[in-house]
Formats: sequence, C-alpha cells, structure tokens
Amino acid sequence: MDLSQALEIASHTDPGMVRSHNEDSIASIAEKGLVVLADGMGGYNAGEVASGMATTVLTTELRQLLEKHAPHEVDPQSGKKAAQKMLQEQVAKANTSIYQASQSQPQYAGMGTTLVVALFYDNKMMVAHIGDSRLYRMRGDEFSQVTKDHSLLQEQMDAGMLTKEQAKHSSNKNLVTRALGIDPAVEAEIHEYDTRPGDIYLLCSDGLSDMVSDDDIGMALQALGASPNLAAQQLVQMANDNGGRDNVSVILVKILREYPAGHGLASRIFRWFR
Amino acid sequence: MAKLILSMDGLVLKEIPLSKERTTIGRKPHNDIQIDNLAVSGEHAVIVTILADSFLEDLGSTNGTFVNGKTVKKHFLQSNDVIELGKYKLKYVSEVLPGAAKAVDFEKTMVLRPGAMKKPPAPQPHAAAGAPHGSADTMPTGVGQAAGAPAAAGAPKTHSDTQVGMAPLAGATPAAAPPAGVTTPAAAPPAPAAPMRRAMLQLLSGANAGKELELTKPLTTLGKPGVQVAVITRRPQGFFITHVEGANKPTVNGKTIELQAHALNDRDLIELAGVKVEFFFKT
Repeated sequence: MDLSQALEIASHTDPGMVRSHNEDSIASIAEKGLVVLADGMGGYNAGEVASGMATTVLTTELRQLLEKHAPHEVDPQSGKKAAQKMLQEQVAKANTSIYQASQSQPQYAGMGTTLVVALFYDNKMMVAHIGDSRLYRMRGDEFSQVTKDHSLLQEQMDAGMLTKEQAKHSSNKNLVTRALGIDPAVEAEIHEYDTRPGDIYLLCSDGLSDMVSDDDIGMALQALGASPNLAAQQLVQMANDNGGRDNVSVILVKILREYPAGHGLASRIFRWFR
Repeated sequence: MAKLILSMDGLVLKEIPLSKERTTIGRKPHNDIQIDNLAVSGEHAVIVTILADSFLEDLGSTNGTFVNGKTVKKHFLQSNDVIELGKYKLKYVSEVLPGAAKAVDFEKTMVLRPGAMKKPPAPQPHAAAGAPHGSADTMPTGVGQAAGAPAAAGAPKTHSDTQVGMAPLAGATPAAAPPAGVTTPAAAPPAPAAPMRRAMLQLLSGANAGKELELTKPLTTLGKPGVQVAVITRRPQGFFITHVEGANKPTVNGKTIELQAHALNDRDLIELAGVKVEFFFKT
C-alpha cells in the first residue's frame, strides 16, 4: 500500500550555529510511511557514523520487510503486530551493527546514537524511541509530547526531584540513560498510537527541544501547519535564532487523509460500498 | 565544584566543598557539617549533589530549614542561595570558572551508563507542577496571533543565557564527566542578541480599522485559513513576513513578496486577504 498520498512528510536538518558538523541523521520512505531520526554522539566523526548507520540499517531493512509483510497483521504466536516485531528486531540489528563497529575500530570506540522511528499504517503509527530524541503531536489546538525521554532529567522529574520549570535550568540536560550502540543489547520503547486526519507529528533531536520551548514549537506548527515544509524550516530557524548550540533536525508528518489497511477481500468490498 | 560557606552574624566560619553525593547537616557529630547549636536538629537537612546540580532537603527538623528567608522541604539550589539554620547561614556557591570552551564540551549529549552513578534519592511527593499553558488570543478581523503564552515571547533568550551562565560550573566539576563522555572541538557560544525593538501592526481597512496589535510572539499569523495566510516572524535580526497558504501572496508597499521571508521596515504597508495593515516600530 502506497502511503505517499495520505502523508505529507517534510524534513530539515542543520548543524546549528556552534558545531562544525552535523551528527544528526534523518531518513524517510514516504510510500512505506516510515520516518527515522537519529542524533549521534561520539568523538570526531563517530557520532555521524553511528546515527548514519542507525538510519541506513532501519530504512533498508524495513523497506525489504514491508515489501513482504503487512505491518498491521498480528503474529498468531506472540500476539504482537508485525510492525512492533519489525521495529524491535531492526532496532536490535542496528544496535548490534553500531556496537560491533565501535568494538572493532578504535576511532569509533564509545560511539552511540539516540533514535526515534515512526511507522504509519492502518490509521495508526508505531513509535520506537531510545534516548532524548522526541516525537510530538499536534492535534487540533493541542500540542503534546508523545515520547518520554530516556534521560537523567526525565528520571529526576519522574522521581519528583525537579518540576518541569526547574528542569529547564538544570545543567544535566545532555545525559541520556539509554542509547543505541553503547551496549551489546538495548531495548527500544515501542508504543502504538491512533492517528487522525489533520494530525501533525514532529520528530526532532534535542537541538530543537533544548533551544525552543514547547509552547513556541506548538505555535509554529499551529501557524504554519498548512505548509509542513515551511514549518520545518521555521523550527530550525527558531533553534538557530535562540543560539543553535546543537545540531537541529526535524521531520514533520502531516496526516492528509485516512489510510486504512485492506483486511482481506470482505472488508475491501465493504469499504467500496460505503 | 559547588561549595557552602558557613557563617554566623556575618562572620565566615568555614568553607565546605560539596564533594559527596550526600552531605548531611545537623547537630550530632556524625553529620558531614556539624553545627553544635540547640536550634539545629540532630539530623537537620541533607544536600544531595548529582553532577552539577545540588538539592537541599529538610529531614523533618524541629525548627525547619530556610532558603532565602522561605521555609523549604525540598529545594533545587541555585548559586548564592542562603540556607538558614537557626542563627547560622550557609551560602551555596557554585563556582564559575573562566573558559566557556569547557562548557560547550559539556553540552554534548552523553550516555549515562548504569553503574556510573548511584540511584537518585527517593521520590518526594509534593514537588510537581506543570508549566501553565497559554491560550490563544485572536483579534476579530482575521488578524490573530498563534496560540502560546504571551510570557513565552522572551523566554527562549533568557533560557539560552541561563544555560551559558550555568554551564561553566558544570564543566569545572571533575565528577561531571561520565565515562562514556567524548569531547569535540569547541567553539564559543554566540553572544546574546541585543534587546528586540518592539513592533506593532495597525489595521487600516475593514470593520476593525484602527485596531492595533503588538507583535510580542515569535510568530504572528495574518489572514484567513484556507484563503490566504501569511506569518510574521520575530527574529533577532528583525521582523519578517512569509507567505504560508493561498493562491495569492501578500504585497508589501504594493509589491508582491517572493516565496522566501521578506524583511519588514518601519511604516511598511502590508496587504493580504483584502485587508491593509501597517507595520511600524514602537518608539
């Protein structure tokens, strides 16, 4: 099923105002409804290598898998949706690739990356994330954060040590508690969400969420929602205007119409009569 | 590293570096900071230090713990906070070392691995408050401002400044570098922009002619959704108008603007969706 008519995808990535190179990596396959964003870390070019490996492994592997399997199908053994299984396995595969590269090549030692992936199918999306790259949702007037960071700050907030307001002033912003490629195995947090026509989803690296307040991001999406491309440019510009101290990457996915999956012949005929 | 300066009646008694994860304060001798005074409880308070951040927690003391004159149960310490226990004062100072380069290094995302540090202390039930959400205000003419807290207008800038100000002390703490941390070539953070000029819009035609609107938000949308929409962005360099949707692009001083953002000058005349609007700087 080709989703490029149902989803409008726009993206933009920028090294920011301070960093000399961009360690973020983004990729998307519109017809498969797949978007991937990774924010690499590690010395010299290792950060780029890690984030690049993550996006490449996920897009190439998932493209092949999606040719063969429908993501909405439920696996009779595990009771899980194929989409969840695919993401779980391919994230693990990306982790292994990055981990092995960092073990075998000294210049890549200690490299890793955050990750946020969204796969759209059957009026739903499956989101997998690791680290502090985020997915937000704009639905009507309501702008909210969907993913919860795997970071020290988030843990401190969960423990009630910091309020959201205090967290803005913490100096421990940049510590993630989970990353891809650091340890032999990692668990991605995977959840499924319903989508509605008109929704706008924003995937971003911490270069955006640290530099621009959620209110301002929401405002930009509200004002420029009609043109996701312009909105993506605007978000990066806002991060850079505020100092742009990190690489900034954004992917916007706007749901243009419903995209139900064909559940066999009967449902297809039923829908045809509707 | 952050430290505490203990004083009584304006007389400095001692300087105590916050080198431990938990620094206890109390009257009994086993405390890290012993204050032998009857107004101080046996186990009075504790300061938990996690990397560059320190938190003060009252341990159910009889006479309470005060920070800057206010009683606290739990408090996220900021530099120059004064903690009062009876007659004694403890000033919290987090040292700021010159060398912003270190700070930039520290801003790099790093992985905190299990075992790299101990678990944060137990949850505290009474410290949670969400940031208030702004509501949209709209002018009845099709000229409206995008949703968002009015107070948020200046927020990104101050937020950025705070971080630059706080970061050096983080870089100065040896314990602040987790094992998986990696350094990169550093560059100086950009200087904060000069204060923004205030700008206004005045409607010159339509039912609400004469109405004025100050451009306080980073983004202000103009026009009618589905017909013609443009947005005015407030940036450090000034104000810019960009076409968003609709077959017709807005005009500025009679000229149709291009696809890219168009810089606005004082007394520019904007026309879109059949409404004339004047842009001007507030004096």
